[in-house]
Amino acid sequence: MDPQPDTTESQKPPRGVSLGQDAWRRLRKSWTATTALWLLVALGVVAVLAPLLPLQPPRRVETDRAFQPPTLAAPDQPLFPAGASPSERDAALAEGFGRLDPASRLLLRARTALFGTWSLPSLCGADRLGRDLLARLIWGGRISLTVGLVAALVSLVIGVTYGAVSAYAGGWADNLMMRLVDILYSVPFIFVVIFLITILNAEGIREVLEREYGINRMVIFFFLVGAIYWLTMARVVRGQVLSLRHEPFVEAARALGAGPARILFRHIVPNLWSVVIVYLTLTIPRVMLFEAFLSFLGLGVEPPDVSWGLLANEGLQAITPIRIYWWLVAYPGLALGVTLLALNFLGDGLRDALDPRMKNR
Amino acid sequence: MTAFLLRRLVWFAVTLWVVFTVSFFLMRAVPGGPFSQERELEPQIAQLIEERYRLDDPLWMQYGRELAGALRGDLGYSYRKPDFSNAEIIAQGFPVSASLGIVALGFAVVLGLPAGIVSAVRRGSLVDAGLMLAATVGIALPNFVIAGVLIILLVFLLPVFPAGGWGSLGQLVLPAFCLGAPYAAFIARLTRTGMLDVLSQDYIRTAYAKGLPDRVVILRHALRLAMVPVVSFLGPAIAGILTGSLVIEQIFAIPGLGAHFIEAALMSDYTLAMAVVLLYTMLLYGMNLVVDLSYSLIDPRVQLE
Repeated sequence: MDPQPDTTESQKPPRGVSLGQDAWRRLRKSWTATTALWLLVALGVVAVLAPLLPLQPPRRVETDRAFQPPTLAAPDQPLFPAGASPSERDAALAEGFGRLDPASRLLLRARTALFGTWSLPSLCGADRLGRDLLARLIWGGRISLTVGLVAALVSLVIGVTYGAVSAYAGGWADNLMMRLVDILYSVPFIFVVIFLITILNAEGIREVLEREYGINRMVIFFFLVGAIYWLTMARVVRGQVLSLRHEPFVEAARALGAGPARILFRHIVPNLWSVVIVYLTLTIPRVMLFEAFLSFLGLGVEPPDVSWGLLANEGLQAITPIRIYWWLVAYPGLALGVTLLALNFLGDGLRDALDPRMKNR
Repeated sequence: MTAFLLRRLVWFAVTLWVVFTVSFFLMRAVPGGPFSQERELEPQIAQLIEERYRLDDPLWMQYGRELAGALRGDLGYSYRKPDFSNAEIIAQGFPVSASLGIVALGFAVVLGLPAGIVSAVRRGSLVDAGLMLAATVGIALPNFVIAGVLIILLVFLLPVFPAGGWGSLGQLVLPAFCLGAPYAAFIARLTRTGMLDVLSQDYIRTAYAKGLPDRVVILRHALRLAMVPVVSFLGPAIAGILTGSLVIEQIFAIPGLGAHFIEAALMSDYTLAMAVVLLYTMLLYGMNLVVDLSYSLIDPRVQLE
């Protein structure tokens, strides 16, 4: 593409920086990417520490304050009645927070020790059943972010393995595997996934899966979503491996007696990380969008669990010509929008930062 | 060219067959089928239903018969709406979805192309920065968030458009815009990158040197090549608009195929869901083929292989 060879760059004495350090330095120079990164780190911390924060219980129904607009006034009900016995306390917490994993229970206990029964006012208003929207947003963020991360990792593992094996095998196997990818590209996956979800949710099948294999809906969800986003990853990785597989270091490994699997996963795949990281940051928003999309349609995360897509749906359903509950539409949309925007900016920034042609600039 | 088309047709058939077979056996793996109702049926009625849905044969015979039916274009009957054949439901919903999709694609191109051209030509200006920020926001926001905000603003606060339904032109504008907005944003970004690439090439300098006006150079010489990535994006864009219309049809209460599909999925109407999946596979494959063919029309150097 570039008509002039890069002579000025090669004449500079090379400075001893690794690709990672160099990329980090360049990433920090782009303020959009840095802001996005810190924002995402903050979001992640808030999501992980959600049980520790003094939030109102996300599942507690208080019908007398249904559709209450955002307010700074302290909530009417404390976390649990003062002077409650430990068993009453646990019952109140279980009702408000649902069944929690041990780590979250521990954090919740730390929270009651730290803040007592005090909780934040309903800064984002309340929904149709009087549940606190701020708490639901943060607890929903836990699910939305987990789905995004886990499903993107699933797609990453499938895509990298498939692409690397295909390129390394070469010949007819490569041809066949890539033809399969071509076929899958022309399948409208979202429709197929929705179709699969309906079938896996059918009475009978669902129970069998849960009882016999311990697979619940979330796990199925992770795998289905991950399984549709690996195609591009596989292609990208294949291209990279094709260019790497005749490099001298691969020949050297083979001369030392390393087997194909070892060469592939210990020597070649570690060289792909820059491509993989960039692609991962661009896949996470797509996966999150897809989760929101499915939850919005009522096929993803099920109540009483919450996710941002589900909240957006509830908000849209509450729109009536008589009264506009703007906070129910605006805040879930804002949460989703800001996260996705930050991920997109970070992905773009990383792509520029990890571009080897930009090294030492 | 003929060989190219033939090969693509063979793969087309293989793809459809795979989708059909996988969904057929998945569907049959679900216990219950059309009988999963509260009420116990009379034996004669049960037998009639079995005959209608061809469930009274061994599985492989059912498969053969269904496949033959699908080849003839007979997609069987809906599980949940027994009075309608799937073909009738599709014939009713498809035109609605198709017109919504076409208008949305029109919005995407009409908004995206000029925005991309302007920001490439005015590179580094405030206009460029503003347009590209808008494009990033458009890509990041899900269409149902855009729809929610626009409904509040343009339906309730400033009553410009109706809230939903189908039939008049005014009812089409808002859903089509929400559906097309993310793709307009993508097209704007692709056009900008493509234009920047092309504008620095020698033949553009030659065109300027000949004394051609800016407009001619940009619209006639540069745009043509800059369009190539946009055209190749149209394939995925059409696929995305098809899926996006699932949500948009729900929000705006549009009786299209997407609404039928979601209803079928929620009511476990497997035959209808499968028919829609097959139809969309066909559509997507056809669109991708058209996109591939159009490369050689835009850029004569491209050889179809």
